[in-house]
Formats: sequence, C-alpha cells, structure tokens
Amino acid sequence: MSTETMPARGFNLSKDDLGADILEIAMGPHHPSTHGVFRMDLKLDGETVVDLKPIFGYLHRNHEKLAEDIPYPGSMPFTDRLDYLCGMTNNWAYALSLEKMLEVEVPERAQYIRIICAELTRLVNHCLLIGFFINDLGALGTPLLYALREREKILDLFETLSGARMMVNYMRFGGVRCDLPDGWLEECKRIVDKFPAFLDEYETLLNENEIVITRSQNVGVLTAEEATNFSITGPMLRASGVNYDLRKVDKYGIYDRFDFKVPLGAHGDCYDRFMIRMLEMRESIKILNQAMKDLPDGDIIGKVPRVFKPAAGTEVYGRIESPKGELGFYLVADGSTNPYRFKVRPPSFINLTALRHMCIGHKVADAVIILGSIDIVLGEVDR
Amino acid sequence: MEINHEAILTQFPDLEWEEDTQSLIVPPEKAVEVVTWLKEHPEMRLDFLSCVSGVDYPAKEVKTKARNEEGKMEITVTQHPEKMEVVYHFYSMEKKIGPLVLKQRVMSRENSTVTSLTPIYRGADLMEREVFDLFGINFTDHPDLRRILMWDNFEHHPMRKDYTPPNDYDYEPTPHDDVIERAQEREKEREGQEA
Amino acid sequence: MSFTQEEEIDLSPESTAKAGVILSSLDWIYNWSQSNSVWPLQFGLACCAIEMIGTAGSRHDIARFGAEVFRPSPRQSDLMLVSGTVTKKMAPQVVRIYNQMPEPKYVIAMGACAISGGPFKQGYNVLKGIDRYIPVDVYLPGCPPRPEALLHALMTLQKKIKNQKTLGKNITNPAYKEGRRIYPVPVLSGDDLDPPYNPEVWTPPAKNPNVEDGCE
Repeated sequence: MSTETMPARGFNLSKDDLGADILEIAMGPHHPSTHGVFRMDLKLDGETVVDLKPIFGYLHRNHEKLAEDIPYPGSMPFTDRLDYLCGMTNNWAYALSLEKMLEVEVPERAQYIRIICAELTRLVNHCLLIGFFINDLGALGTPLLYALREREKILDLFETLSGARMMVNYMRFGGVRCDLPDGWLEECKRIVDKFPAFLDEYETLLNENEIVITRSQNVGVLTAEEATNFSITGPMLRASGVNYDLRKVDKYGIYDRFDFKVPLGAHGDCYDRFMIRMLEMRESIKILNQAMKDLPDGDIIGKVPRVFKPAAGTEVYGRIESPKGELGFYLVADGSTNPYRFKVRPPSFINLTALRHMCIGHKVADAVIILGSIDIVLGEVDR
Repeated sequence: MEINHEAILTQFPDLEWEEDTQSLIVPPEKAVEVVTWLKEHPEMRLDFLSCVSGVDYPAKEVKTKARNEEGKMEITVTQHPEKMEVVYHFYSMEKKIGPLVLKQRVMSRENSTVTSLTPIYRGADLMEREVFDLFGINFTDHPDLRRILMWDNFEHHPMRKDYTPPNDYDYEPTPHDDVIERAQEREKEREGQEA
Repeated sequence: MSFTQEEEIDLSPESTAKAGVILSSLDWIYNWSQSNSVWPLQFGLACCAIEMIGTAGSRHDIARFGAEVFRPSPRQSDLMLVSGTVTKKMAPQVVRIYNQMPEPKYVIAMGACAISGGPFKQGYNVLKGIDRYIPVDVYLPGCPPRPEALLHALMTLQKKIKNQKTLGKNITNPAYKEGRRIYPVPVLSGDDLDPPYNPEVWTPPAKNPNVEDGCE
C-alpha cells in the first residue's frame, strides 16, 4: 500500500472522506436525561450538534383552559402541579397576582411564613437540580441520593405544615391557610442549621472536581446581552452576569427587610449556572435565619371578601422570583367569579428558547448537560 | 416603577392609551417601529420582554343594570365587537423599571394577523408560537411559525372560547353538573340521529 | 451412600433440609425469584415521577423489594410505572414502549391522572386513563401517591406474581401463556386519538348513569 493513500495518523478524517452524512436523532420523549417528556430532534455531524429542534407538548394538560372554567380559589391546587418541585412559590405567585388585583393586605405574620416556605422551596429545588445535573454529567446515583436525603427532611416540614409533601396548596389570597403547628419552627431551625454542613460536603466533593470542571466550563456559554434578549430569567440569567433578581427589583412581599446578596456569574457557562445555585442556597439560609428570628405573632390571613369577583375589564400581571426564574400570572377579569383569561408565564419554558443557540457546535453529550443546567420541569414547560 | 407613557404618546401621537387596563394599544403595522424606539430610548431601555399572551374576545352582549336619574332600574345593553389581542409585558433590566403593557389588537377572529416581535426580542419565539397554536393568531415575520404544544394536524385552536373538546368521557359517572348537562345534550343528539 | 430399592427414602422436610435439599413446587420457586427481582422502566411522565425517584432514594429505598434496577430501555425491563398524566400526544409513545417490553410485563398506573385523568380530566389533551390502551395490573390512587403507597403497590404486584401458574392447565404466567402482548398504537388524527380506546382492553359504559337517574 502506498503511503499517499493512507490517512494521516490522528485520524483527521473529514466528513467527505468517509462519505458520512448528517445524522438526525430524536432524543425523547422517553429518555433518561431529558428530565421528563421533553424531546429534542438533533442533527449531528459526527458527534457535533449542527441543529437542534426542541419539541414540546407531551405534558400539555390544559392548565390555562381548566382555570378559566373554575372560580379563582379553585385554581390554587392546580398551580402546585405546574412546577411540581416548588409548590409553595407557585402558590405565592398566584396569590400575589390576585392580591394585586383586589388590593388585599397581607398580615405581617403571613408574609414571614410565606418567605420561610418560599426559601425552603428554593433549597429543595436547587439541591435536587444539582443532584440531577451531576447525574447528567455521568455520576449516576450517588450525588442524587445525597440531594434526595436533604430534600426529604424539608418535605417533612411541608407535610407537617400543609398535609402534603409536594402538592402543598398552602397559600391563600390574603395570607396562608393555617398557622405553624407547635414545634414546627424549632424543627425548621434545626434543619436549616444543619444545611450548611451538607453544602460544605457537596462543595468539597464537586466544586474542584476535575470532571465537573472540564465537562461544564466553557460549555453552553450565554453572554449577558444574549441572555436579556432571549428573555432568560432566574439563576440562568444571573450566571450570565445580569443583576436582576425580582426579590431585589420588585421587593415583593417583605423581601426589602432582609439582608442577602445576589450571586452573579462571570462566564455564563454551565459551571457558572451550577455554582450560582450553590451560592443561592447559602443566601437562602441567610434569609431563613433572619425570618425565623423576627417572626411576629398575629393574624395569618387578612380581610378578604367571601367571594372573589374582580371588576370587569381589570387585568393584572403579578410575578415573583421562583427558583427557576420569573414566574408570572396574567389575569383578565370579566366581572364573574371565574377568570376570563388565566395565563402563566413559565420560566423554564422561556429559558428553553436559548437551548438551540447554546447547543450548536457542542458535542451531543454536552447538549445533555446544557439542558440539565437550564433546570426545566415539564409540568411548567408544557402546562 | 411606572413608565411615563406620556413620552411615548408625544413621540407616536396616533397610538391609543387605554386607561382602564393601563396599556398601550398599537396597530400591528406600527408595532416594530414603536418597540424598537422603546428598546433604544435612553430613559426607558425596555430590553426585556417578559410575557406574551393571547386573549380571545368573541362578540357578545353585556347587560348592565343601573339606576337612572329618576331612581328607576334600567337595563342597558352594550354590544362588544369580536376581537383578538396579543399582550406583551415589557420591563427594563438595565433601568429596573416596568411594566409597560403593549397590546396588538385585531378586530377579527377569523383572519387575525399581527406582527411578530421575534426579530427584535428573540425570547418571543416560543411564546408567539404558543399563541399561534392555541389561539390561531398569525404572526408575520416569525422565523418558524409552527404548532408547538398540540400536534401538527390538530384541527382547531383549543384556547379559543368557542372550542368544544372531543367527546371522550361524557359517558362516565361524574359529580360535575356541566359534564352531566353536556352528556344529556349529546344523548339527545344521538337519539335524534337514530330516530 | 447409595439407595437400594428396599430402603425407604425419608422425604420429611427436616431430613431433606439437613441434606441441603429443599422441596418446593416449580411455581413457588419461579414466582418467588421473579417477584423479588422486578426491574422497572425508568420512565417519568409528570409529578408522580418525582415521588418515584423519591422512592428510589435512601429513605424509602425500593431496593428492599428488589426493584431498584431502573432500566432506561424497555427491552430490559418488566414493570412499567406509568407515573403521571398521559396526554393524548404522549399516549402513542406509551403504547409503543409497552409493546417493546418483553414478557412477562406488568403495568402500575401510578396516580390519579394515569388512572382516569385525575384533576386534569376535563382537559382537551389529557387521556382519561391509560387503561384505555394497555392492561393495567395495579391501580395506585393519590395525587401524587406517597412513596409508601408506591411500595404498597409494588407489594401488591408481588402478591399477584406469587399467585401465577407456570405449569398445568390454567397457565396464568404471562411469559408462558401467549406470545408477547402487542396492542395497536393509536394515531393522532384531528382533535382526538384514533381509536379513542382499544375495545380489546376497555369498553366504555353504554351511557352516563347520572343521566338516567335525573342528575340527582
């Protein structure tokens, strides 16, 4: 064999040498790394992603249409099932929207309880997300089990408070449903005090981990301008370096009374998104400690009308910083007890807009990590 | 922090400001021009499109009861024409102000077409596709206008007010009065067809 | 040691156990081993999937019942946990995955949505129960069911497996009963699935009983 026809060492074969073509594969809706029933149609040149088409709708269960057929309070349990990891924040966003529409005052104690519940939810969501993210990186099982262990403790708190582990249905318009049971606060304090130890453990195992760093740094980079233009919100936006946290900007509830920082990323890659969540958990613990210390006595629900009947033609857009991003509810009233239009602004759905942009040019295994770092929950993406 | 809508109305005097809903009504053909101006205006810098929602208003009569000057109850009937709205909520991440509610309104439900804002705000991509899918509002200049949540050969637009879902559970026992009512109606229809 | 024909063989459980021999029926030993090694399909649909993951976690530990090996491929699994709302768009895929599973295969309909549509029953895109297309062995109510409830459903399934017959006239073990059960995959056409249900597995009641009763 003459040396001229031999391919060079190192196998620098181009697509034309092999006669290879673009390969189209469908990932999902049943795929272990798509976090539910999400589907991506990928076009691959070898291992490199050249095009990506997200396909939705496999969990579209008509939340908005159903809400238009039932009275306002009836939609509260449905909001739990939007983003089923963070029932508390979904409840709060919906309660906040109608409170804004009817100008209902929320008592002090209820505000504090809401903040405690919302920050506990943030802990649950972020530690579970990190478990899944490391799972996507290839560490099957173990990190997720650590995260689940911590999650169970907080779910126990939710269960004693509301009767359910995930579908809490706890917030009401003008306050919360029931007061804290005896001993709940002490138990909560005990769990929150132990949480930093878990974070330390996780950080020693993961932050300097060679595999985590090489696989997630410079993967799926999103600049600040792009992130704003793509309407990205939440930790993903702050990983790109945009200082926009609704807890600071809107100061909804009583967030202006608490002293906490907003962590910001510098590169906007998957590693930053992972680190932002780690740091946000530390800030949540700060808020929790302050809120538990200052929790006042008093009413848990304000003066609310017996029947919710906003005037015809009024509309409202209420939004909060859910663990996934900006969760908003756009309500249009027509003077009856049912909302005329009930629209959810789902953060993880809109954050997926940038998926194609971030994945192109990376390997197919990186597409899995990029999807994992966005933090999607299909109940909210498809509603 | 509120946005000074007077400044917008001085720049674009033919726009309409709806006081009830605190929103700016923009005709579809001027939408891109207005939005580009808002995005680049040094005091507003509305760089963040938060939410795109469609709203469907079929034509309807509204009866309102009110006492007239003589103290008698009087029923007034107002006709509401049919219309479709696409509502955009804008914020500014740079100036931390907002929201500005901008509405593209079309007075027809059959051939409703508005202008897509995806070329300016790429975040509108999926949200506008959702409005197209569920409400049947067309967006001109949208790069990839396909159904998103429902399957491709779905026939109707399910979030419209006059959509009736297929009959697939009416025959089951249920505590819901409206389902029983619908089952009764369908039963009558079936009997009528058989007779 | 060898037996002659005159010698009586002692088959009492005490003496056979001493010699390291256990006497049992084939059904018992087959079902015992099968029921303690159920491999579920790693297949999450909605909210219930999170509780399914929670069951696999360290507190509830589904490994105690031999069902911790979640396989992503339907070809390697024998239990399908339909965990969550099945939408019409998703139903063809669920049936297709079921068809790909080898016998013996079992289905647990986990949560109210998988049983009947649950809270989302009135939705236009929600399938009103997965049992319209594939046979379900255990129905597990709850929204979502607690991990303990999922463990109970698994134990109920184990009980079912322990009662099946491999030999004899009335074979109930699906692995020996018939070929692989394959059901027609519904097609999305118009606003609904075609057919709306599989008459082989499910038949609707003739009409709504409330209508006859005068809605009282």
